[in-house]
Amino acid sequence: MSALAQLAAGLASGAVEVVDLTHTLDPDFPVIILPPEFGQCARFRIEEISAYDHRGPAWKWHNIYMSEHTGTHFDAPSHWISGRDVANGAVDEIPIANFVGPVSVIDCSKEVAQNEDYELTPNVIESWEDRHGVIPEDSWVLMRTDWSKRSGADYLNMREDGPHSPGPTPEGIRYLVEKRNIRGFGTETVGTDAGQGVHYTPPYPAHFILHGAGKYGLQCLANLDLLPPTGAVLIAAPLKIRNGTGSPLRVLAMLEKS
Amino acid sequence: MTNPLPPPPKKDPQKRTVSPTLPPERRSRASLGLSAAAAEGRFMLQVCSACNTLQYPPRDACCNCLSVDLRWEDVSPSGELLAETTIRTSTNLYFRERTPWRSGSVKLDAGPVIICHVHGDVSPRSRVVLWNRLDRSGQGVILAVPEERTPDMEDDPQLRAMTCDPKHRRVLITDGRNANAPAIAEAFANAGAAMIFVGESETWRPNPQRAQLEAIPMVGVLPLDVTDTSSVRELAGEIGGKTDILVNNARFVRPGSVLARGDTGFAHNEIEVNYFGLMRLAQAFGPSMCARTADGVNSSAAWVNILSAYALMNFADYGCFSASNAAALSLSQSLRAEFRNSGLRLTNVFVGPTEDDWHQPLPPPKVQPQAVARSVIQGLRDGLEDVYCGDVAKDMIERFRAGPKILEREMTMGGAE
Repeated sequence: MSALAQLAAGLASGAVEVVDLTHTLDPDFPVIILPPEFGQCARFRIEEISAYDHRGPAWKWHNIYMSEHTGTHFDAPSHWISGRDVANGAVDEIPIANFVGPVSVIDCSKEVAQNEDYELTPNVIESWEDRHGVIPEDSWVLMRTDWSKRSGADYLNMREDGPHSPGPTPEGIRYLVEKRNIRGFGTETVGTDAGQGVHYTPPYPAHFILHGAGKYGLQCLANLDLLPPTGAVLIAAPLKIRNGTGSPLRVLAMLEKS
Repeated sequence: MTNPLPPPPKKDPQKRTVSPTLPPERRSRASLGLSAAAAEGRFMLQVCSACNTLQYPPRDACCNCLSVDLRWEDVSPSGELLAETTIRTSTNLYFRERTPWRSGSVKLDAGPVIICHVHGDVSPRSRVVLWNRLDRSGQGVILAVPEERTPDMEDDPQLRAMTCDPKHRRVLITDGRNANAPAIAEAFANAGAAMIFVGESETWRPNPQRAQLEAIPMVGVLPLDVTDTSSVRELAGEIGGKTDILVNNARFVRPGSVLARGDTGFAHNEIEVNYFGLMRLAQAFGPSMCARTADGVNSSAAWVNILSAYALMNFADYGCFSASNAAALSLSQSLRAEFRNSGLRLTNVFVGPTEDDWHQPLPPPKVQPQAVARSVIQGLRDGLEDVYCGDVAKDMIERFRAGPKILEREMTMGGAE
């Protein structure tokens, strides 16, 4: 049997399960908040064109409006100033093979439950590798925090000194990019960086280092608790937006049922 | 003496809601000067430029010298009640439903005798003041009231029929994040509003004014985002049938002219909130408010927009924002026409630069939140259509009337940032 035929058989039998790692595009889903004098990320908006009525008797459809970075979404290298000159840095230029690939999931959910500002450091990654093996080159790494189970004001967790949510330190992200040469990094929070990521050097290290090295970001992921530490395959194909710096996504993962 | 209006009983769900009826609307074009004055709460009459005769009712020519050079002037509203009667039946539907109705003749100190509505507290042959008010058809009519205020005089049924007094009414303030929201909510609480709903967008981020709002009596904070059609429709589904006064204070403002910005980003937000926001609210709340203008003591009464005075003439430092408000002003005129058949009043409160984050670098005078709140309440109590709040707005409308092109040239003197 060919590999694809095996996959199809696995999908049919349920031996291979497909899970949805995507939040619903909802007008009330939080987006990143920047100081108000800066341009802002558009919220998801939906307007009815017709609904089997005088505006169109037999059909229902909507116009939608959003940012490239609204909801569960993809960050391309050209999203960040460090990645502006990276070859194939826009979503329409990225080789499509990069949209499907293996994924490692680092479970930080217990620690994050105790510490909202939990940091992913090289030590954390090394100890994960001691248990699950070295992170393979050109693979996705996701930081599981169970943050996606939060809703409302707890999601951004905004206070007067800014948002508080977990994320990688500059050293942590450098470890993944420079030592492991990963394909990309994903989180359950509103960005790949920690809520307080602006205070690191460089500021927003995940964005700066990942995209500067031509790597990709995934954020606002959901259901990471359904994934095994290793062995799943991630499917995350952004819309083919000309010169797009990112795209809303339907992120799927395929995993083998034990 | 007027009997203080008791809070209305809860509505009997088996009773049909009374359909709105209107007093006669037809007027000559000359008479519309009276409505225009009433829209601002002014008592104005025609004065002949040739012979200085003051005349009432308004005509196309002077009753003394036939000159057609007639101007409208603010005149003293004082006079004396000559005769009065109480109408107990009428062939007109509107008055038939509202009898008994007092009416009389007043000799103005300034000259003319005027047939007018008469407040219940006016004694026979007493000194009176004439108020020029909009009736439910939106036309200027004259009401004689006692020279000195009487207790609870605003509860007189004839006066209340012409105003939009917040007492016992339920109010929706659309934007609890606007710096003026607490002051407006507080003013409604003090004015006797029965319930004060305050909309709050994006409950997923903190609203620093939340605690302040919730400490005000009668206030309930509910989710509402005027840029989100589903959110507006959902709230209208819940409280549209008991929104008697809607105050749209939602506003998106950033400084910047067209060239300084160089993109349409903030302009998009300005149009989404200031123009489409008003449209979404009107489409969701308008029909139920229009249907309830005759629904007893707490009938629906008014729709209030808070607009920038730069809706009248663009201020290029806030050029794109001004344009969005001009769009809202135009839309409000369409809504006025659409509300006419119901008698729902549309009030625009014009403000100059307001005391908030986005006008911080501008010099005073700036409109304080309390001043906006006072103007909103005053506009409702006097049943106005146009309220100019603060020195900048008052100055703008005066200059606008004196010569729009001159004002435009003045406002575009160069140097927009």
